[in-house]
Amino acid sequence: MAITLTNAAAARVKDFLANRGKGEGLRLGVRTSGCSGMAYVIEFADTIDPEDTVFEDNGVKLIVDAKSMVYLDGTEVDFAKEGLNEGFQFKNPNAKDSCGCGESFNV
Amino acid sequence: MALLQISEPGQSAAPHQQRLAVGIDLGTTNSLVASVRSGIAETLPDSDGEHLLSSIVRYLADASPVVGAEAKAAATTDPLNTIVSAKRFLGRGVDDIKTLGSRLPYEFVDADSGMPRLKTVAGVISPVEVSAEILKNLKKRAEDSLGGDLTGAVITVPAYFDDAQRQATKDAARLADLNVLRLLNEPTAAAVAYGLDKGSEGIIAVYDLGGGTFDISILRLNKGVFEVLATAGDSALGGDDMDRLIAECIMEQAGISDDADHQQLRRLMKVACDAKEILTDVEKTSFNIELEDGSFWEGEIDREQLHKLVDPLIRKSLIPCRRALSDAGVEKSEVLEVVLVGGSTRVPRVHELVGEFFEATPHSEIDPDRVVAIGASMQADVLVGNKPDSDMLLLDVIPLSLGLEMMGGLSEKIIPRNTTIPVARAQEFTTYKDGQTALAVHVVQGERELVSDCRSLARFELRGIPPMAAGAARIRVTFQVDADGLLSVTAKEQETGVESSVQVKPSYGLSDNEISSMIKDSMEHARDDMDARNLREQQVETDRVVEALQVALDADGDKLLNSEERAELDSAVVKVKEVRDGDDWQKLKEAVAALNRATTEFAARRMNASIQSALAGQSLDSLD
Repeated sequence: MAITLTNAAAARVKDFLANRGKGEGLRLGVRTSGCSGMAYVIEFADTIDPEDTVFEDNGVKLIVDAKSMVYLDGTEVDFAKEGLNEGFQFKNPNAKDSCGCGESFNV
Repeated sequence: MALLQISEPGQSAAPHQQRLAVGIDLGTTNSLVASVRSGIAETLPDSDGEHLLSSIVRYLADASPVVGAEAKAAATTDPLNTIVSAKRFLGRGVDDIKTLGSRLPYEFVDADSGMPRLKTVAGVISPVEVSAEILKNLKKRAEDSLGGDLTGAVITVPAYFDDAQRQATKDAARLADLNVLRLLNEPTAAAVAYGLDKGSEGIIAVYDLGGGTFDISILRLNKGVFEVLATAGDSALGGDDMDRLIAECIMEQAGISDDADHQQLRRLMKVACDAKEILTDVEKTSFNIELEDGSFWEGEIDREQLHKLVDPLIRKSLIPCRRALSDAGVEKSEVLEVVLVGGSTRVPRVHELVGEFFEATPHSEIDPDRVVAIGASMQADVLVGNKPDSDMLLLDVIPLSLGLEMMGGLSEKIIPRNTTIPVARAQEFTTYKDGQTALAVHVVQGERELVSDCRSLARFELRGIPPMAAGAARIRVTFQVDADGLLSVTAKEQETGVESSVQVKPSYGLSDNEISSMIKDSMEHARDDMDARNLREQQVETDRVVEALQVALDADGDKLLNSEERAELDSAVVKVKEVRDGDDWQKLKEAVAALNRATTEFAARRMNASIQSALAGQSLDSLD
């Protein structure tokens, strides 16, 4: 399994990285917090640690630490618009339920 | 499903704790809101894709007010209830507004507070409330776009806004339920948008040519601090004037008379404005105008003609530029960077002539309509903590010294001008008279030595000081200026802890010109001021000595002095009093010294007498 980016998401990530002017890629992860157990982390990555797994999809490096990997395997990250709002969405097959807002989830 | 944004490394927020922050450019004509998303600062459009919101609010009898384009459309049909350019009335007194022009269509109501209010079908409305409606609209747009409640906002204000106008802006934000992280000067925001705060230290000129107004600000970046050295401008110069000139030129060519009807004139202005914008990209453009007799007239205009028309206007804007430079005391060659702000700077000729004037290539890469909001949003992003280590913490400085009135009408400066804010300074004061139980605190602003030459900001009283001998009470007066330049003054008696304070919201504003003339005055009058200060100080000292002597004479004069000695002292006092009301402080100083010498003997006798009376009836042994 792997972690993937949709074309729309990849295009935005490339834009954002180019604008920022530095960064190895996109770090994805989970943190234990939030109203439903786990929360997604999506950050610019300046460093890659030895225990990280790195995927490359659509020309973007996706960097995931070992601990988060078990929760995120098979996830597809998309970029979506809802009305005026826009941002990244995790489509995670491991998530059993998520809180109403979708910011945190359970496996 | 929540839509997430990319954070800086290690800065991911916990769920439901996203720190959403925006920058708001609350403009006279148009307003914008911007935010940093996934590292990019951009203005947020509304559902129609429009970024600019017309700063116009229309009040309705039985519905909530409408803001923006819809209100603008009604500006001519319903002028009394459609409030345009409310920013110009923010924090101003009724008198100020009367001088803004008698052509304002609104019905002003005199309120007790001195704040002007406008009569509309929805009731009496203050300019603060009008601004709050605009902010509410932008807040709603931001929350819809960012998908959550806002943590805070940075709102920009003109550099020349005084404390009252800044406070009014904050009040408007509070009414709109917006948490103001801080107010930021518009030229500073523009400089931040270009990242100049991270660049080399030096002088930056911000040239802001809007639709109807022109502002030039000279900033100095010093140790990460933007200091506004000088501002100047022309409140009746802008892109609209360019359009008018082009329209007049078209009218002449097409043979349209000056008294054409309003609709025709408005159409012409639109054609002129379009032509101006088209000529930004192409060399020549043509247009069609329907004449009164129903026939069409086709005309064309090329860039050279445009230049001929607008050059005088642009050159007019260079006069305030020159003035601002000289006020700031810097040479043109010292200007490191020039930043263009305002839609009218898109006209290539503006870019050219401003560049020529400052002998530098102006920054115009960022949309000049949006650059201020973008800079504000970058600052807001830092202030809510979305950046790793506070990348930048912009500081501003206070434009004029803040101080207190002392005995004798002298101004004691507590915070000198150009101090970076936020700042807090405290100083201890004491009572002047025995048994004094209250202290009047008069807060003043300005560089001059005499309070009468400074600007009065506020007065308050500290009561409940326990009766003590003059000079025994310790009263700590603290001046605190927050990040937005708002001043609070607290006076606290140290023994009992009684305190009293004031938040300064002066009711009348100072223009940038007044600020610079106040500073200039203080330089020109430096020598007079020093003499005046010395005289007042000497007069205060004289009064103190004379009063103390009078008390002593009343108590012991008859006992300890013979009539000759008494007459001598009395005449010395009369002489001192005569000199006191003159204007020669040195003569007064000598007179007071003479009086002191004359009273030495009397003072010694009093001392002896009081020791004798204290010792009377005591044995020598009991004194060990």
